[in-house]
Amino acid sequence: MSELSVKHLLGIKYLNEKDIQLIFETADHFKEVINRAIKKVPSLRDITIANIFFENSTRTRLSFELAEKRLSADVINFSAAQSSVKKGETLIDTVNNILSMKVDMVVMRHPNPGAGIFLAKHVNASIVNAGDGAHEHPTQALLDSYSIREKLGDVAGKNVVIVGDILHSRVALSNIFALQLQGANVKVCGPRTLLPKHVESLGVGVETDLVKALNWCDVANMLRIQNERMDISYFPTTREYTQQFGINKNLLESLEKEIVIMHPGPINRGVEITSDVADSGQSIILDQVENGVAIRMAVIYLLASKIK
Amino acid sequence: MSQKVLLSSKEIHIILHRLACQLLENHLDFKHTVLVGIQPRGTFLAQRLTKILKEEYGVKRIDLGFLDITFYRDDFRRGDKTLEASSTEINFLVEGKKVVFIDDVLYTGRSIRAALTAIQSFGRPSEIELLTLIDRRFSRHLPIQPNYRGRQVDAINEEKVKVMWEENDGKDVIYLINK
Repeated sequence: MSELSVKHLLGIKYLNEKDIQLIFETADHFKEVINRAIKKVPSLRDITIANIFFENSTRTRLSFELAEKRLSADVINFSAAQSSVKKGETLIDTVNNILSMKVDMVVMRHPNPGAGIFLAKHVNASIVNAGDGAHEHPTQALLDSYSIREKLGDVAGKNVVIVGDILHSRVALSNIFALQLQGANVKVCGPRTLLPKHVESLGVGVETDLVKALNWCDVANMLRIQNERMDISYFPTTREYTQQFGINKNLLESLEKEIVIMHPGPINRGVEITSDVADSGQSIILDQVENGVAIRMAVIYLLASKIK
Repeated sequence: MSQKVLLSSKEIHIILHRLACQLLENHLDFKHTVLVGIQPRGTFLAQRLTKILKEEYGVKRIDLGFLDITFYRDDFRRGDKTLEASSTEINFLVEGKKVVFIDDVLYTGRSIRAALTAIQSFGRPSEIELLTLIDRRFSRHLPIQPNYRGRQVDAINEEKVKVMWEENDGKDVIYLINK
């Protein structure tokens, strides 16, 4: 009988390939559900979920909230800006106070890497990591792989390049783990300053020439420059970055084969990707968003079934 | 563990034809009726009945769908196992239609309760009927009874009814298994 090997979703690193397949198969069913006239199932009607966001988010927070509501869970939302965290309360105290109100699951985004892991050790609830600093963003990586699987039939054996700010990206790390677990070949591409030192030790290829990288790949995942995490200057100007690592229609059409374009959002149009590429038929950016709800429903459903 | 044959292949053959005739009697051309097999095991019976109605009784068109009830069950988190879903394939509107649920064994009635909720996501049927191959009497938890039944059996709770289909299990046979 299939169930997840974990009680929390803290990172892709803690999952195995079977877990990913189970999440995908479950997401297939939920994708059918969210395309019905009535998009809701009553499975989680006795589960309460707290969405705790210590960092800004639009897509992920909405996607999680929608997924929870489609499963009929009770949802409470909490963002650090309007909370007692500002008054000096610690993370454990904040979460334990929320849990005293009988909450079963916590979806958390936090600027510090490992915040979810820390929380999982100290509080009695199922934790879903919705992004912890530059560490992991597991549901994003799952929905990215799920979207590749949907578009190309399979993830195994595909060449995927992750382009841009790898250094500050939790999406990149989770994607590398997820893609490798499923047997894809992964390269990272970006200016040397934005590639982590020793990134090769993760078993990924490194490419600093975007054209070469794009000609190699089946799928290009374009990341945003995370200005909010940059304490020093990593490249001379945004314009220069765009010239070397931005993708535009001419570049896309000059490639030897048709590749799939992905972006985890939010897009900085005209920086890493131009509008005509983002809105082209080769882009699956909006499919990623739709799949995000199905994937999060699957993750929450599978984790909730382990809460006794 | 001992098992005895409840229905042989020949008996199943006769019962399926009787059930098909009963459906035909009530629904004639199936213009306003849709058949819905309950996943996972009701789908074989639903397909078999559809085939008989089309090939042997000349019904031209039957809307056949499969409904998965996993996410509507009332025992989520109450058992040891994660409930595993099957696919739902309902490519027609059930609004205003007569719906016939088809399942192989009617036991506690909880699956049918879940199906009654689940089907509402596809519209408001004008009527819902239930067809079941095996009706386990005296074991109902809910006030649910079939409109069409293949065979009624008195099985005690420790016993299990196992329905096997040629297309899935190699032969048509129904066993009563004593655990």
